[in-house]
Amino acid sequence: MSELKELIQNKYNNEAFDGNGSLQSLSQKGMQLFNEQGIPTVKHEEWKYTRIANVLNKDFSYAVNATAVTKADVDAVRLPGNEAANELVFINGIYHAELSSVRSSADELVILPLSEAAKGEYKSVVDANLGHSATYHPDGINAMNNAFAYQGLFIAVKKNKAVEHPLYCYYINDARSSSVLSQPRTLIHVGVNAEVFLVEEEITIGSSDSFTNRVSEIVVEENANVHIYKIQNEDSHSSCVKTTHVRQVGVSKVNSVTLTLNGGTIRNNLNFILEAPGCESHMYGLYCVKGETHVDNHTIVDNVMPNSFSNELYKGIIDENATGVFNGKIFVRQDAQKTNAYQSNKNVLLSDTANVNTKPQLEIFADDVKCSHGCTVGRLDEEALFYLRARGVGEKAAKALLLHAFAGEILDKIELEPIRKYADAIIAERLGFEF
Amino acid sequence: MSEMLNTLEQTALSEYKYGWVTNIEADEAPPGLNEDIIRFISAKKNEPEWMLEWRLKAFRHWLKMEVPRWPNVKYPDVDFQAIKYYSAPKQKKEISSLDEVDPELRATFEKLGISLDEQKRLTGVAVDAVIDSVSVATTFKTQLAEMGIIFCSMSEAIKEHPELVKKWLGSVVPVTDNFYSALNSAVFSDGSFCYIPKGVRCPMELSTYFRINAAGTGQFERTLIVAEEGAYVSYLEGCTAPQRDENQLHAAVVEIVALDNAEVKYSTVQNWYPGDKEGKGGIYNFVTKRGICAGVNSKISWTQVETGSAVTWKYPSVILKGDNSVGEFYSVAVTNNHQQADTGTKMLHIGKNTRSRIVSKGISAGFSQNSYRGLVNVGKNATNARNFSQCDSLLLGDKCGAHTFPYIEVKNSTAQVEHEATTSKIGEDQIFYCNQRGLDTETAVALIINGFAKEVMNQLPMEFAIEAQKLLAISLEGSVG
Repeated sequence: MSELKELIQNKYNNEAFDGNGSLQSLSQKGMQLFNEQGIPTVKHEEWKYTRIANVLNKDFSYAVNATAVTKADVDAVRLPGNEAANELVFINGIYHAELSSVRSSADELVILPLSEAAKGEYKSVVDANLGHSATYHPDGINAMNNAFAYQGLFIAVKKNKAVEHPLYCYYINDARSSSVLSQPRTLIHVGVNAEVFLVEEEITIGSSDSFTNRVSEIVVEENANVHIYKIQNEDSHSSCVKTTHVRQVGVSKVNSVTLTLNGGTIRNNLNFILEAPGCESHMYGLYCVKGETHVDNHTIVDNVMPNSFSNELYKGIIDENATGVFNGKIFVRQDAQKTNAYQSNKNVLLSDTANVNTKPQLEIFADDVKCSHGCTVGRLDEEALFYLRARGVGEKAAKALLLHAFAGEILDKIELEPIRKYADAIIAERLGFEF
Repeated sequence: MSEMLNTLEQTALSEYKYGWVTNIEADEAPPGLNEDIIRFISAKKNEPEWMLEWRLKAFRHWLKMEVPRWPNVKYPDVDFQAIKYYSAPKQKKEISSLDEVDPELRATFEKLGISLDEQKRLTGVAVDAVIDSVSVATTFKTQLAEMGIIFCSMSEAIKEHPELVKKWLGSVVPVTDNFYSALNSAVFSDGSFCYIPKGVRCPMELSTYFRINAAGTGQFERTLIVAEEGAYVSYLEGCTAPQRDENQLHAAVVEIVALDNAEVKYSTVQNWYPGDKEGKGGIYNFVTKRGICAGVNSKISWTQVETGSAVTWKYPSVILKGDNSVGEFYSVAVTNNHQQADTGTKMLHIGKNTRSRIVSKGISAGFSQNSYRGLVNVGKNATNARNFSQCDSLLLGDKCGAHTFPYIEVKNSTAQVEHEATTSKIGEDQIFYCNQRGLDTETAVALIINGFAKEVMNQLPMEFAIEAQKLLAISLEGSVG
């Protein structure tokens, strides 16, 4: 681990960010906290089931400017529907304008380096929101990203605009010559009455290890509508910690769907901070994993103001030696009366070496609330299986049919058709579903 | 219901009912903890050498341990050097009959409603009364002895049945298990020992009443229950404590062993002094309770009604080692004023076809914080393990909190684990419905709470169920309105 610490410290000292204001102080605080905390061990309650130190115990390079990635490389990984999308390409954590294509006009969508946004018209937005996730994740991992947040990207969706072209974000790691560490950082501001679709995918090119430590902070203003879709389908040598921190500062609606199909160690932090009365949030997740994949979904719904509604459904299909971890926290603050918060986690284990650790958690300080959580771990319903077998469906096909239906509940929540079809095709193939 | 109403009325203005101090000349150790104190306790109790070694081993390990900080409770640090670790009512000779028991002590029990005389036979309860750490008298012992059942104080067991104690003590909760169990192992002054031989069904409910009495004394009880093959026993534990200003520490350890086809049912009503309305005083209740279903088809069931104590930190657990064994946990935890409770259970599925069931009902009122913390672990070889957990929380008032921390770890694909939890307040429509039918609001709330807790109350033995219902009402007195 000392190598990683050294790597981060050297980079920090060599680059010496010479700005000032919120970026500078966040960077300093991040570095300080990282030095103090280091990489969390399993003794850290938030990292109890995920040995992140084992993932980071490798010889990474942290070279953000290595851009051997060509347009052809990007073409090979584009998601379906890209012809009608704004495509933002990040290489080793850094946004590359020349590889990206922005179709929306500048009066809809603004894309700026964070360091510039922190000076101009968006200064107040950056000052108020950048680094807000640190209060919820006071650990070395988040701090490590904060230390280099000045290399991040700022995206603004202008008010009263529904962005027609969805935003496809490709986070590409170039691991062809050496193991790579990348730390993408974004701050997204969605203005009043605006609507936007975000699709995010991590891609590693090459066969060396990669580790992505991404932090995305999203600020949602009044009456805005945001859809966040994440697809995680990488090789087993690619690991990541992804923090998506959503602040709903006005009455707004946010949908999130996280699909995890393959990878090394994957940790998703998804936070919803409901800061205005009457917010609505939906969080859906599907992890369909096998091999040695370790997927860990940590979610937080923090109800600060009254009359909010949140609904969370995470489903897991775990096969072979894979591990699924779920920790869902719902906080209801004292002022957040009349909150309705629901949470559910359902897991199907397909092998005796598969593992599930789940911890749904409610912390409630207001009395006039309706909150519930439930979680299940089990096999496929024997009776449903029998029903299908009795009607002449083979065992394998029957299982695939049931599992596909199990997954379908989540896939149906994706409102972008090309993405839903794409995800469905991968899941169907994985499950051997041929109807 | 009418019984409950009366109780509510009676206690409307009353302070903590069991707040009085019995004046018995205590024979106690000076405050502080070191190896000498442990030697003192051991010598005082005429313990054999191996017992002293066992205590010292625990103490030496304890010195290396840290106070656990993970429970969701806040309290000032306990000064372990300010506590008196031994306090025994003075006693001139061995007691063989009830008549020889100190009359003042007997009056104490009368006040609590435990009469040590033969009237108890009518209720079918054998009482091993514990006052400040030393067992004073045991009734029904002769009758039980005829069946081969051993039910005596721990110190007696150490003297008379050393082979049993040596074999089982610390087998479920090792001396190194956790901070407070290690402390208990080092300094426990007394407790109950219960041994049910092969094939015997204990004909009556066995019961221990705990009392914390002298100011500044810690209470370190040690209970060990062993049910041999095919045996059955139902064990009751109930507590009340006098009013104190300073916080008192209670760190008990209960161990249960159930062998093939054995069944142990352990019920607790805990009503220690919870502190006053400002959160001053009250008992710290840091208890380790664990049972092992060591044999096939064995069953251990924990039922608890927790209404007292300023801070509670307690997780009665079951290790389901034997195939087809069953673990159960039923709990009602009530917190009011400034009480804090972090309680729950652990179900560790190791054997095949093991089943567990968890029903936890938390009620918080006033400024209290009530947490459920539980673990369901299904090991690799626990084929067809089955668990169902239900945790419901009821909030009375907007200054209190209800929290749920369930951990579920599954390593076997044939396992079926379900967990559900809800948090809500009493619906206005429910109250309205009751009001409409002529029940005032307070009665309506009592009625609804009673229904809320019923699933757990039904698990209690008859003698306890009535007391527990009264306790529920008393504990929540004044929190509604």
